[in-house]
Formats: sequence, structure tokens, C-alpha cells
Amino acid sequence: MASLVGSRVERKEDKKLLTGRGKYTADVTFAHQTYAYFVRSPHARAQIKNVDISKAVKASGVVSVLTGKDIVNDKIGGLIAGWRIKSEDGSDMKVPPHPPLASESVNYVGDHVAVVIAESLDEARNAAELVKVDYKVLKAVVKTDEAMKSDNIYKDIPKNLCFDWLLGDRAKVKEAFDKADKIIKIDLINNRLIPNAMEPRAANADYNPSTEEITLYTTSQNPHLARIIISAFNGVAPENKLRVIAPDVGGGFGSKIYPYAEEVVCSWAAKKIERPVKWVADRTESFLSDCHGRDHVTHAELAVKNDGTFLGFKNETIANLGAYASVFGTVTPTYLFGPCATGVYKMPAAYSNVKAVYTNTAPVDAYRGAGRPEATYTIETLVEKAARELGMDPAEIRMKNFPTQFPFQQTLVHSVDSGDYVGGLKKAMEVADYKGFEKRKRDSASKGKLRGIGLCSYFEACGIAPSPVVMMLGCGIGLWESAEVRFNPTGNVTVFTGSHSHGQGHDTTFAQIAADQLGVPIENIEISHGDTDKGPFGYGTYGSRSLTVGGTAIVKACDKIVAKGKKVAAKMLEVSESDVEFKDGEFIVAKSNKKKTIGEIAFACYLPGTYGEVKSPLPEGEEPGLKETSFFDPVNFSFPAGSHICEVEVDPDTGKVELVKYTAVDDFGTIINPLVVEGQVHGGLAQGIGQALHENCHYDDSGQLVTASYMDYTMPRADNFPNFELGFTCTPATSNPLGTKGCGEAGAIAAPPTVMNAVMNAIGTEISMPATAEKVWKACQKMKKANSEAA
Amino acid sequence: MKTFNYHSTKDVKEATKLASSSSAFLAGGMTTIPSMKLGLASYKDIIDIKRIKKLSGIKVSAKSVTIGSTTKHVEVANSKEVKKALPSLSALAEGIGDPQVRNRGTIGGSIANNDPSADYPSACIALNATIHTNNRKISADKFFTGMFETSLKKGELIEAIEFQIPEKSCYQKYPNPASRYAIVGVYVAKHKSGVNVAVTGAKSCVYNEKNISNALSKNFSASSIDNVVVSSSGINSDIHASAEYRANMVKVFAKKAVEAC
Ligand SMILES: Cc1cc2nc3c(=O)[nH]c(=O)nc-3n(C[C@H](O)[C@H](O)[C@H](O)COP(=O)(O)OP(=O)(O)OC[C@H]3O[C@@H](n4cnc5c(N)ncnc54)[C@H](O)[C@@H]3O)c2cc1C
Repeated sequence: MASLVGSRVERKEDKKLLTGRGKYTADVTFAHQTYAYFVRSPHARAQIKNVDISKAVKASGVVSVLTGKDIVNDKIGGLIAGWRIKSEDGSDMKVPPHPPLASESVNYVGDHVAVVIAESLDEARNAAELVKVDYKVLKAVVKTDEAMKSDNIYKDIPKNLCFDWLLGDRAKVKEAFDKADKIIKIDLINNRLIPNAMEPRAANADYNPSTEEITLYTTSQNPHLARIIISAFNGVAPENKLRVIAPDVGGGFGSKIYPYAEEVVCSWAAKKIERPVKWVADRTESFLSDCHGRDHVTHAELAVKNDGTFLGFKNETIANLGAYASVFGTVTPTYLFGPCATGVYKMPAAYSNVKAVYTNTAPVDAYRGAGRPEATYTIETLVEKAARELGMDPAEIRMKNFPTQFPFQQTLVHSVDSGDYVGGLKKAMEVADYKGFEKRKRDSASKGKLRGIGLCSYFEACGIAPSPVVMMLGCGIGLWESAEVRFNPTGNVTVFTGSHSHGQGHDTTFAQIAADQLGVPIENIEISHGDTDKGPFGYGTYGSRSLTVGGTAIVKACDKIVAKGKKVAAKMLEVSESDVEFKDGEFIVAKSNKKKTIGEIAFACYLPGTYGEVKSPLPEGEEPGLKETSFFDPVNFSFPAGSHICEVEVDPDTGKVELVKYTAVDDFGTIINPLVVEGQVHGGLAQGIGQALHENCHYDDSGQLVTASYMDYTMPRADNFPNFELGFTCTPATSNPLGTKGCGEAGAIAAPPTVMNAVMNAIGTEISMPATAEKVWKACQKMKKANSEAA
Repeated sequence: MKTFNYHSTKDVKEATKLASSSSAFLAGGMTTIPSMKLGLASYKDIIDIKRIKKLSGIKVSAKSVTIGSTTKHVEVANSKEVKKALPSLSALAEGIGDPQVRNRGTIGGSIANNDPSADYPSACIALNATIHTNNRKISADKFFTGMFETSLKKGELIEAIEFQIPEKSCYQKYPNPASRYAIVGVYVAKHKSGVNVAVTGAKSCVYNEKNISNALSKNFSASSIDNVVVSSSGINSDIHASAEYRANMVKVFAKKAVEAC
């Protein structure tokens, strides 16, 4: 049987998803359904003086109106920060309370104040207008770099500072800088983004008063985490009385990793009113209240020798957490950002210092790449600037500083198991025809266009795992993954995974792995995920971890199946276990060529008897059934890497940037399904290019979200992209048996600096993201003036 | 959305009779429905005019192109007759929004709404259009009176828009990257009587950029625009483009239009 690993198997789930047969949370409607509409703060910062619900409760169709007071009375716990970070001075991070419905203050536009539950959504929405909230409006803190100088949002949190964190050695860095020939400095803004999953967040909670069980359908990347948080922290119901189901989920990009106020409130309210409560965000609510991404202000410096050798690196960043510390809000700008900020290079000394601040904006949390895009943008624009200032070719300066020996102990945290950075960049330069650029530049010039080329070499740490390591660093949970492989009596298989697919194609990739391991045709394998009542506990999908961690758990569970199968086959074939080999779904005795298929073994395990005589196919002491579980906790992160090259053409008259060529050469270790991987790269690139050229979340000075709809928030569209040219190199990961490294975030990590380096190369000056036409035009005007003055 | 009465009408008389101060005509619904859903507008009566046969269709003569008010953008974009007689107009229609919007949005709805960054109003000004309503004819320069305002009376229904065919014309648009409405759209049309340069997106209402029109009337070449000054006073400024940028783009896109004529 040919191996399926490495082949372009078409996505099994696409038929369902593309023909409208997916089942999403909004598609679930229970008998006696009620509908929730949230009353949200129209102010960025205010005290709540009074909430008057007297008119709303009397409105047509209203079942219940609940406020922050009810949350307090029922002792419902607040939303949590899931990762504990300590400041350089040893003090703990400072976290404000985050109640699911506010009773004292509101801290961003869209903050939850009350919920109206009615027989229909229209009635709920109309009644919500009758809830009168008396606010004392306060001056909002909006800008990242002004937060520490502004009024304290929370009285116990001076300077709005959550923590002031340091990773690295300031003294060693100083030494390195003292020895440098040149210091390259850069000031950057990593623009805030709004995730914009295609499916808005939703929750539908049903309560059964006789069993006291809550069933919560929700848009989650991580239903098990939702269950444990809503039980253990919010205290809505004990874990055994709460079932969380994340059915088909239409994208998340990080914004659906953890539960929000709405899921907590719907679950709690369903129990209170003893009826199911459904909430589906409208698009405006998504813009206002989904956690946003990025939002850093960074000053970075690179100490270099004249020959381009890197000596040291400093990274001083202010990261905006928004109004509250969200579940992964504190780790994203620290351990996911700081270590990778030294890039893919040998860097003798480095530190990352991050000050995380609160502002009156929506909470910021992990968004595709989470910390690594910010890190890569910092180092890769800085390296490009170093090349410019030293008069070196940007490829040459990178090559010069790449490590060539693996494992490579990276400066700040990671021990990188494998890689070939030189080979990757060389291949990218070949695919991109790097040599031919000058000619293409002249051709563009003859049309009045400025052509630029940009490079980026990145590495990132993903496959987010080892539990003891992440827990040592402050993580509130473990990050292993589970799998249960269950043979059915007739020989087909259901695989339960603790990770979750919300577009990534696990139904296909995971089935390919199981098919190879068990020798069962892929059509006979079903992947099941997303239901806490089915299969074991797991940690969900984010940090490009599903395949390296969850996929490995499947391999391990399959190994156990085969081990048991061998024992049963040996008994049935009347040979010793050591004589049995397993290959392509068959247990074979090499000497006699006698064999049993794995299907026959499964059948025998479930029907362990014989007609007419008392005889079991199972060895003495072996239990019936064929089902195995594995919990896999890897020993290291995985480290995808690659080099991307892009070319842009700028129209100096309008400032319009056209992306004319984009090459991505990535090393994801072993590739299980190239079709799925290419799709992941394309999606990541679209998001990364979106950040570089189009997307920008904009709050005005009073904290109103100006980009709260698609009329103002620029989502990139298909016609904004050229055909991507993709290439791959492969150095297998050594930390998991598949050798995979994770591919979900790479595009979003590498694209922003690649594109920005190209734009800056074209126009000859620095510019911030997104490189909108007006900004580029202004930069071109400035350059034109400077050039004519020089001449 | 607040509840409302829905009326599907068969002829102009029925539609205009139902109209009141709390009604709206429903053509493509591309503006009306989102504003109702967002709670920005609410109406007692929604009067659907899409089934009124007379209001839809394209007629081309030697001198003019006449388009029925409920004709969809996609129909104008794809019309062989319009492409031949007035290619700049079909190109404009093809550049409106996205396919979903072009498949529903109508020319009548667009000009009745008079969004400051809509495309069609510039065609009306540049092509000396006449707006035919159920009871009068209005020339384009009297029709667009201000931001989202026209000289239509309450309940007055646009039946058709008649465009004069110029010697040469071209529409060039710099689309808002998010919405794809015009940040600046410049419609240049060279008639026997002179040149019109209609600009949309730049101010609170479409207007004829007289300085450029005059320069081009004297000498119809891109270089004659070089020395024209477009002041940024009165020009829109928002998160997408400053007044300074827009003012410059008026010139840049006027030049592009002349070059492409
Ligand atoms: C996402 C999006 C992008 C868009 N992009 C662009 C763009 O790039 N360029 C552009 O120009 N436009 C754009 N539009 C607008 C669109 O092209 C429509 O033309 C516009 O929304 C109104 O036309 P409609 O037929 O949908 O009118 P409706 O929404 O049905 O009606 C709008 C208003 O016009 C009135 N009305 C309609 N028909 C008549 C009539 N015959 N007589 C009198 N009054 C009438 C109605 O009473 C109502 O007040 C966009 C719209 C959307 C939603």
C-alpha cells in the first residue's frame, strides 16, 4: 500500500463545507430557544452609576434582563489571564478584574454591561435600547505609547503597567554594543489588527433542569479549555455538568482560543431561566469585541561589525494589552515574542524588554503568529537597514550570520533542533530570480514605476508544547495533546483528537496519518473533535501545534493498537508474538506467510468467541475491545524557518503599491499533505500582506473604533495578490516521530517584513505599516524633494 | 431591524401614490437594507420598484444613452451597446463595489442616494445628463444639491437617466481600499461645447472641477493640467486620505483620464 503521507489528498471536509452542509453554532436551535442581545458600552471609559432595566423587562417578548449586579450576586467569576508574567524587578503582573457583565466600570467601547434575553432576536435587540445605563464618562487612554503617561485606568495599577519584563542580559548587551563598529537603530509600530474570522463568534447554551447539565455550543478553537475555564474559574457549573461542543468553526486565527464573556453569560443565563440561550455576534460586535492582535511600539538596536557580523541586539517594546489581560494576552508579547526577536541569527548578546500596558481598547490576544510576527518584523527590518547602512547585499548579511550547526542554541531561550537556513535562502533566491532583479527594476523605471525587492529570513517557535517548560514560564495549563484511536467492530476507525479544526484540514491530514499507521483505507477513517463528551481532554488548536503535538498523539495511539493487535494475531495464528510483523494493515508470520488483517483482529477483539466451542482469540489476561489512548507531551517546541522574497512596483504619482512577485520557501519538516500546507501558506501570506499593505485598526482619541466595519477596515481581497510562488526545503524535526514542524502561522510571520522591505527598497525611505497609498505617496514626495535639493 | 410594510408595485403610479415621508423606494437595496439593519434608518413602508418593467433597460441613440433607473450596474457594465457608444460609462459600472453589489445595485438608487463617493454622479455631471422623473426632467447640474441630497421631492421617482454621448471620455477612479467606493473619481468628457471634469469622492458632493475643465477646453492634453492648482480647502479628509492627498489625486487622476481618452 502506498504511503499517504506526502500526497496531495483532497480535503475530505471540503464537500461539506463548500456545499453549505457544515453545521455551525448559529445553525443549532433548541426547542424553547431564547435569544440574547448584549447591551454594550458606547464609551471607552466610564463609571457605571446606574443600570435601569425597568422598561426593558416589560418590553414585548422579553424573558429576562441580567446585569453586572446579578453576576456579583450569583458569584460568577471573572474572565482570566492564563499566563503569569513577572516583571524584571520580580513583582507579579497586575491584572484588573474582568467581570462577564460590568457593574462598576466599562473600559472599552463594546464592553458588556447587560444582556437582554427574549423570545426573538428582534425583541431582544429592541428591548436592549430600553436599558438605561447612567454613565460617568472619563477620559480614555487610547494610544500604546502614551498609556504610561496617562491617567490610571485602574486605581491599583500605576502607569497602566501590567508588567515590565526582561529576557536576556543587559550587561552582556552593553559589552557587545561597546565593541561595535556601528549601531543600527529602528523605531517601529506593529499595527493593531482585527482578526475577522469569516464566522462571527456565537454561543448557544441549553440547560436540563432534571440532570442539571449544561450543553454549550460555541465557536471555539479549544472546547476543553472553554469547559475548564467556565467551570473552574467562572463557576457556572462543575466540569461533569458542562458539555462544550465546538461544531464546525469558520476560522479563528487565535481569536477563538478561549471563552469570552458571552459564552459565560449564555451558560449562566440558561441555567437561571431554565431555557436555552443563543447569541450570535453581528459583524459590528465582532469588530468591537473580538480580541485584536499585535499593537506594539518598538525601539530596537543592532550592534554590528563593519563586515556585517552581528554582535548584539536590544529590543525595547511597549505592548498594548487593551482594557483587560486576556487569556494569552500576556504571553503573546513576552515568551512568544522576546525569544524570536533575535531572528534566525547567531547573536552573541541580546535582550528583549517589554512593557505591557492597559488602554481603553478591546483586549489584545494571540492572532495568527502571536508574537512571532512582531519579533520577525522587528529583526528583519532592522537587518535590512543594517545591510543598507553597511552597503551590503541584504542576502549576504543574512547568510553571514546564519547558524550552520544544529542543534543551535539560540540566544534567548530556544534550542533549535534542525534547520538549513543557508539552503533555504539560496533556494528562495533561485525561485525568485534574485539576480534578474536589476533588469526588472529598469523595466519598471521605463514605465515610470519604482520597483523594490525585499527579503526576510525567519524562524519561529511553535508546536506549542512541552508542558513542564511552559508551566515553568507561567502558563496556567499544560500543552500536551491527546488522541484516542477507536476501531469499530467492523474494522473501520474513529480517531478522537483533543485538537480542533476550524479550517485547517485536520479531517484529512490526521486521517492520512492514521491510514498509514494502521493500513486502513482513508475512507474508513473518521476524525472526531470538538466535543468534550467525545474523546479525551485536549488543548485545542493554535500555535501551529495540532499536527506536531496532536498528530503525534495519534501515531502513539496507533502504535499501541498495533502492539495489542500483534498479541491477538499471535494467539489466533498460533505463533509467538515475536514471529508476527505488522505491515500495510496485515499481521504476517514471515515464515509461514499466514496472516490476519487488522480488520479481522478488530472483529475478534470485539467478538471474542467461537461458535460451538469455548475458545477466545484473546491471549490470557488481554481485555476485549480495540481502542487506545495516548497523551503526548513533546520534549521541545518545533522550529519552522524559511526565506521569503517579494517584489513591488510603486506608482510614485499615486503611491499605490502593487505586489508583483512573492516567493516563499519554507522548511516545515515533513509535509503530510502538500495541498493542505500550500493552502495554509497562502492564507498566512494573505494575512501578513494584509498587515503590511492594507489592514489597520484605528481608534480615535476618545476611544471610538473608527474601523468598525468593512467600509473602513481594509480586508485584503483576491485581486490584491499575485500568484504566490512556493518552494520547500526539508530538515525533519527531531522532537516528534513524524518530523513535522507546523505551517499554520509562517505566512503571517514572514510576509510583513518581506513586503515592507520591498516597499522601502523601492521608495528609498522608511515607512510604517500599513504602507497605504497616501503614506507611500508622501514618502515619494519627500524623497523627490530631498533628491532635487541634493542635486 | 424594525418592522415595516412591504409593497411590491407594478407601475409608477402605484409606487408614487404609496410614497410618504416615512417610506423608501426599494431598488437594489444595497444602501437601504444595510442602513435599516444597522438601525441608521427605519421606514413605515418599503416600496419595491423592481417589478416595474418600464423602469429597467438601456436605449442608445446617436446622441445619447438612456438608462432606466432600476437597471443594475452589471447590466450597464456588460451592455454591448453601452460599451460601443459610451465605453467610459460601462467601465465605470464595472468598477463599482464588488460583484454582489453590481448584481443588485441600480443606477437610480445610486444617484437618488447621492453618496459623496459614489461613481455614477460624476458620469451625470460629466455627460450633461438629464434625470427623467415621474413628473419632470432635471439637468444633472441642478440635481445633486449636497451630501446625500438631491433636488428630488419626497415621493418623486427617477424613471431614467439620459447621458449625452461626448466626443471622448474616460473615468479614472482611485478606489477606497476597504469599501471600493471612490476616494477620488474623475470623469473627463470632451463635448463639442467644451470639456467637463466631474469629480466625486473629493468633496461633500460631486462637482465640476472648473479650473481643470477650462484648461482642457483650451488644450485637451494631460500637460495642460500641470499648472492648474487644485486647492485642498473644502476637500474631504478622513482615515483613508487627507485633503492634501485627495486634492493631488484629483489632478493625477484627471491626467490619467485625459491620457486614456
Ligand atoms: C459594499 C458596497 C460597495 C459599494 N461600492 C460602491 C462603489 O464603489 N461605487 C458606487 O458608486 N456605489 C457603490 N455602492 C453603492 C451601490 O452601488 C448602490 O448603487 C447603492 O447602494 C444604491 O443603489 P440601490 O439600487 O441599491 O438603491 P436602494 O438601496 O434600493 O435605494 C437607495 C435610496 O435610493 C432611493 N431610490 C432608489 N431608486 C430610486 C428611484 N428610481 N427614484 C427615486 N429614488 C430611488 C431609495 O428610496 C433609497 O432612499 C456600494 C454599496 C455597497 C453595499
